[in-house]
Amino acid sequence: MAKKKDLLFKEAKLAELIAGDRRLLQLLPRLGIGLGFGDRSVEEVCRMNNVSADLFLILCEIYTNNDYKPDSNELKRIDMSGLLPYLKASHQYYLEERFPHLEEHLQRIIKACGPKYGPMLSNFYDEYKREVMRHIKYYEEEVVFPYIEALLKGQRNESYRIDEFEHNHTNIQDVLDDMMNILLKYLPGDILPKERVEISLDIMELSDDLHRHSVIEDHLLIPYVESLENALP
Amino acid sequence: MRNRVIICEASEIITNGLAEIIDSMAQYDVVARLDTPEHLSEKITSSDANLVIIDPLLLGFHNKDFLLQLGKEHPNLIVIALVTSCLDHAMLNPYNGFIEINDTRSRIISKMNEFAQCDTTKKADDVELSKREIDVLVAVAKGMMNKEIADMMNISIHTVISHRKNITRKTGIKSVSGLTVYALLNNLIDEKELL
Repeated sequence: MAKKKDLLFKEAKLAELIAGDRRLLQLLPRLGIGLGFGDRSVEEVCRMNNVSADLFLILCEIYTNNDYKPDSNELKRIDMSGLLPYLKASHQYYLEERFPHLEEHLQRIIKACGPKYGPMLSNFYDEYKREVMRHIKYYEEEVVFPYIEALLKGQRNESYRIDEFEHNHTNIQDVLDDMMNILLKYLPGDILPKERVEISLDIMELSDDLHRHSVIEDHLLIPYVESLENALP
Repeated sequence: MRNRVIICEASEIITNGLAEIIDSMAQYDVVARLDTPEHLSEKITSSDANLVIIDPLLLGFHNKDFLLQLGKEHPNLIVIALVTSCLDHAMLNPYNGFIEINDTRSRIISKMNEFAQCDTTKKADDVELSKREIDVLVAVAKGMMNKEIADMMNISIHTVISHRKNITRKTGIKSVSGLTVYALLNNLIDEKELL
């Protein structure tokens, strides 16, 4: 296995980065980077798409390297204006694509479970979905992001500060992991086994994605917003 | 006490690299290097090893059974996973800890020192929930708070929390709603009791 870390520099070919870790592919649509990038380097592709190559490489580090913690001095030098649109696009992807996809599979499994196990699985998922919506949609999208957008316009809303940020993704991720354990280990084996394998693979991917997403919020977004707060008089 | 280490890994490059780092530590000696787990148990006995570092992929899907057996034969043995590729971390649960292939020298050294002190009583074989744990699980599934459970069972909150930790470790389920589903699936609780 090639050491992925060595590939993360601006002159590297984008296609090689992605070959080194397929999860990086998820970053492209969220940053508005289109396909058909040929053999161009990270720097060229980023420039063509108006994305900061530094920000792109930090996101790549977070996705490929479990121990990576961005250096706070380095962050100060980087253009972070693309971060908020990136996070919004990620949320949209989770809410409009991943969760509905998961739900579709799950509904079939719930149906196949019959009256004995179906309703409880359905309750379990509904409760989970409420929690996801509460955090991502009603908290981050409706409280945190508008607050940041106002800061960017030079306005401060005194009713909120970023140090109150709820680090709630761990919970979202925990329940997702629980769901996978229930599907793999505890539901009777004869209920739609193929579908359950498929959905479990999706859950593993989503759980990892959500974990990286919370690292991005904790280690990029919070310092960035703090610097915006401090810059205002 | 000096720690006596066996490395069990198919790649000679990785084995020798790791052995070099471990041998450089004052309290550790690498006493054997194996490229398959076949005679691992005999080797542990003959070399009086207390710590084994093994690539989980060498054990494949027999992972848990093998470790269970090993734990029975050598009750004080510490078993560390050597992670050389992308693995689901759930696969690492039966181990006392893990080292990753891209860990730095200093990280490996600090991990090794932690492992040497780890509690070997937490073994892969206690996956069954105890009677007390089942009582706590049922109460959690019914939506009771730690304080209420403690009062009902006449135990301290601290004990309730420690039962809950064990339940999560054994079942792999962390959330209350997940534990409720687990309790229902295992017929520990009736749906009607939830209303």
